[in-house]
Amino acid sequence: MSSTLSENQAPETGTARVKRGMAEQLKGGVIMDVVTPEQAKIAEDAGAVAVMALERVPADIRKDGGVARMSDPDMIEGIIGAVSIPVMAKSRIGHFVEAQVLQSLGVDYIDESEVLTPADEVNHSDKFAFTTPFVCGATNLGEALRRIAEGAAMIRSKGEAGTGNVVEAVRHLRQIKNEIARLRGFDNNELYAAAKDLRAPYELVKEVSELGRLPVVLFSAGGVATPADAALMRQLGAEGVFVGSGIFKSGDPAKRAAAIVKATTFYDDPKIIADASRNLGEAMVGINCDTLPETERYANRGW
Amino acid sequence: MTDTPVIGVLALQGDVREHLVALAAADAVARPVRRPEELDEVDGLVIPGGESTTISKLAVLFGVMEPLRARVRDGLPVYGTCAGMIMLADKILDPRSGQETVGGIDMIVRRNAFGRQNESFEAAVDLAGVPGEPVEGVFIRAPWVESVGAAAEVLAEHEGHIVAVRQGNALATSFHPELTGDHRVHRLFADMVRANRETES
Repeated sequence: MSSTLSENQAPETGTARVKRGMAEQLKGGVIMDVVTPEQAKIAEDAGAVAVMALERVPADIRKDGGVARMSDPDMIEGIIGAVSIPVMAKSRIGHFVEAQVLQSLGVDYIDESEVLTPADEVNHSDKFAFTTPFVCGATNLGEALRRIAEGAAMIRSKGEAGTGNVVEAVRHLRQIKNEIARLRGFDNNELYAAAKDLRAPYELVKEVSELGRLPVVLFSAGGVATPADAALMRQLGAEGVFVGSGIFKSGDPAKRAAAIVKATTFYDDPKIIADASRNLGEAMVGINCDTLPETERYANRGW
Repeated sequence: MTDTPVIGVLALQGDVREHLVALAAADAVARPVRRPEELDEVDGLVIPGGESTTISKLAVLFGVMEPLRARVRDGLPVYGTCAGMIMLADKILDPRSGQETVGGIDMIVRRNAFGRQNESFEAAVDLAGVPGEPVEGVFIRAPWVESVGAAAEVLAEHEGHIVAVRQGNALATSFHPELTGDHRVHRLFADMVRANRETES
């Protein structure tokens, strides 16, 4: 009887399908950085699909300097308690103990993030060792595939967080899409060489070549500040957007958050994006990325 | 009228692409639906997985909620997975403020009932109406059904909790067949849409 089969097999948690499938549910949505339960509620009311709980938004991390670490567990739990949408939180690159702590707190996704100060300059965390899925940043296809090979279940562009400047996110997304498009026409002989060039496993390179996309969900992050920015990233192929400092560093966060959600869903409808862009109050001031010293470029972090 | 039904996927947010692929594999013409006028052109509709609060807000905001309710009342075949199941419930046990549903199935749904992402799981599910092997149930922060009214038929349970329900032309599952590559549940829904077209024509 088939019914005995379902009763005898223990339910399985932490599978690739469950981890990647979680990110599939976020597609077409906006994930917002929040630093308090109140902000988390504003984000949820505005239609965010998830929130990223952290102590300081990237713009403040830039301003304050020093070492940026995982957030206080009390603060993360406060946000988990305030909303019913998924809650993500950041660990430092390679700091697998911070990741263990985040998993024990019950966060729904861990962002192994270059926005925090890296804890390991060679290795990223082994993400297969966790039940909680991971999202990681990437600036190009090889980097994205190395993260997936380590167990990442979702990829985002790095962009340049905390600048309010979308130029780096555009560069990273275009780079990833162009490299995927190039692989499409490759035969097997060429795929081996491509894997070597990309410093990524051959099996993943072959899978991308066949699918014409990453085997996991691809979001955009880093520098999105306006509804048009969000729609731009989606038209460039991002399946959703992270918005960091852009919302709660602006004049009217609730209104801007709702406007970015609208523009993300109707990313191909300029009339709706126009309406969403009206009277939003002041956007965050922003930083020109070409005046940023190399040492302050977060996108260079990660290997 | 051709034999091939046109089935929409509500494309405000969520795993739309996977449903489009599964419906095409079930021999339907599948297309995304975001606007009220696009709703007029379909013989059936899938409400995908996603964030139920987000989908609900966007549906109200962009004027899809009312026309969708009207069509479901008139017997439009609908299938909801996970967040879509929540959208088809007449009542949510613990709604967020202002969270509305389309309704259509006399049931009370508990959101995230199986827990947070760390508790998300895969398990085999025996689904009435889908003969053969059990379907692979992928449960992601999944809801369950607390109780159903007399008109609703329970199609599957997992560890004593209701995870699949049908009432007339409305079908709902807590889990995500669209993530598995097994298209039998989508075929069941496509057959519901075909049968409905025949009674209407």
